[in-house]
Amino acid sequence: MGFDFAVIVNSLPYLWKGFQYTVQLTATAAAGGLFFGTLLAMARLSSFRPLALAAAGYVNLMRSIPLVLVLFWFFFLMPLIVQGITGSERPPPIGAERTAIITFILFEAAYFCEIMRAGIQSIPRGQVSAAYALGLDYWQAMGHVVLPQAFRNMIPVLLTQTIILFQDTSLVYVISATDFLGAASKIAQRDSRLVEMYVFVAVVYLVLCYTLSWLVKRLQRRVAVVR
Amino acid sequence: MNYKWNWGVFFQQTPDGDAFYWEWILSGLAWTLAVSAVAWVIAVALGSVIGVIRTTERPWLVRLGNAWVELFRNIPLLVQMFLWYFVVPEFVPPLKGWMTSTEPIYAQFLSAILCLGLFTSARIAEQVRAGVQSLPRGQRMAGRALGLSEAQVYRHVLLPMAFRIVIPPLTSETMNLIKNSSIALTIGLMELTFRSREMGEYTFNFFEAFSAATIVYIVIAMTANRVMAWVERRTAVPGYIAGGGK
Repeated sequence: MGFDFAVIVNSLPYLWKGFQYTVQLTATAAAGGLFFGTLLAMARLSSFRPLALAAAGYVNLMRSIPLVLVLFWFFFLMPLIVQGITGSERPPPIGAERTAIITFILFEAAYFCEIMRAGIQSIPRGQVSAAYALGLDYWQAMGHVVLPQAFRNMIPVLLTQTIILFQDTSLVYVISATDFLGAASKIAQRDSRLVEMYVFVAVVYLVLCYTLSWLVKRLQRRVAVVR
Repeated sequence: MNYKWNWGVFFQQTPDGDAFYWEWILSGLAWTLAVSAVAWVIAVALGSVIGVIRTTERPWLVRLGNAWVELFRNIPLLVQMFLWYFVVPEFVPPLKGWMTSTEPIYAQFLSAILCLGLFTSARIAEQVRAGVQSLPRGQRMAGRALGLSEAQVYRHVLLPMAFRIVIPPLTSETMNLIKNSSIALTIGLMELTFRSREMGEYTFNFFEAFSAATIVYIVIAMTANRVMAWVERRTAVPGYIAGGGK
């Protein structure tokens, strides 16, 4: 059995399209996850008990079930939710690609929440008290004092989580979205060239993720705040 | 939302007529646990060895351990699953012969435990390395000064403490492993998530099926948490915070 490089070269344009979707999904999910994750973290740390409990419940639920199952949930749930909102006759088709983006944002929010919570808790209480003493309200204290520092402290962890997210996006395969792996898998099955395609995908991920985590490690040394 | 819930669906007969749907969920759970348990043994055994060799003073062993961790950590688990199931047999003819001649479930099971076991071993190796390196340098030196060989220092001095330190991260790796075992559905292994989706496809009661799977996963996660907390208490060394609690 020979290793046929021509198969890979010929399918590069299609794989590139899949790869672009992977990057788009990763970026959107990281940005959305970070936004909602930060809100969730603030809710978890809220002194208003019901809000804190609801946020904790959401985070623990998302963290105790597999991503594959979450993808299935939303794949079937999304059309019904959209139908409920728009009030249309029948569930509208949403498409695997869009379902995946929404699912990943909601799923990653739980993981980013835990990171941001640790970040917020790493800020000394005195700073919050000082902000209040200066007359800032909650949102100003959070926005100008706590979150910028929490975010800075957590940058390496946030980036590491994003690399994990980048790998996890390959799971959209289970709802037949065409990401990088999905594209490779479709060609692999069409041309019966599973070895070439899967090895190629593995090598690309390995090189990319290894380089990225090496960069994060370097960054970590540079951004470390000297106290 | 207009969705008709029907929880009675679990007591309906499956299309082949010899089982109820709740039995599908149960057999899915059994496969999930079986895959996770075997993969866990592989992961802990290999992960301990790889983690330990990364703390030795032999550069080539350290490099080998580092390469192992980077290799398994930087390729998506799903891609690794495909590599074990579709690609590796192509390079190992006897394995391929066995996989095509045996029942598909055994071939899927073997690929899944190897994939999950080795993937998790890299993550456990990282925890074990951190555990050993968190011990004061003096412990290793004192051991050597007493005349223990390097292997004896690890066996009697370093590892007994390191493993206790590793228990909490090991708990979360165990839960990750159980969740990750759902990825075996992509190679056709009929584990919990696979069975619940299959049940949804046959009955169109997707949400009942997914609810059942969700609840089962939560129960597994809580049980694993309790068991590991019990192990942690049983193995606690008095006077060390690593023992946790009282």
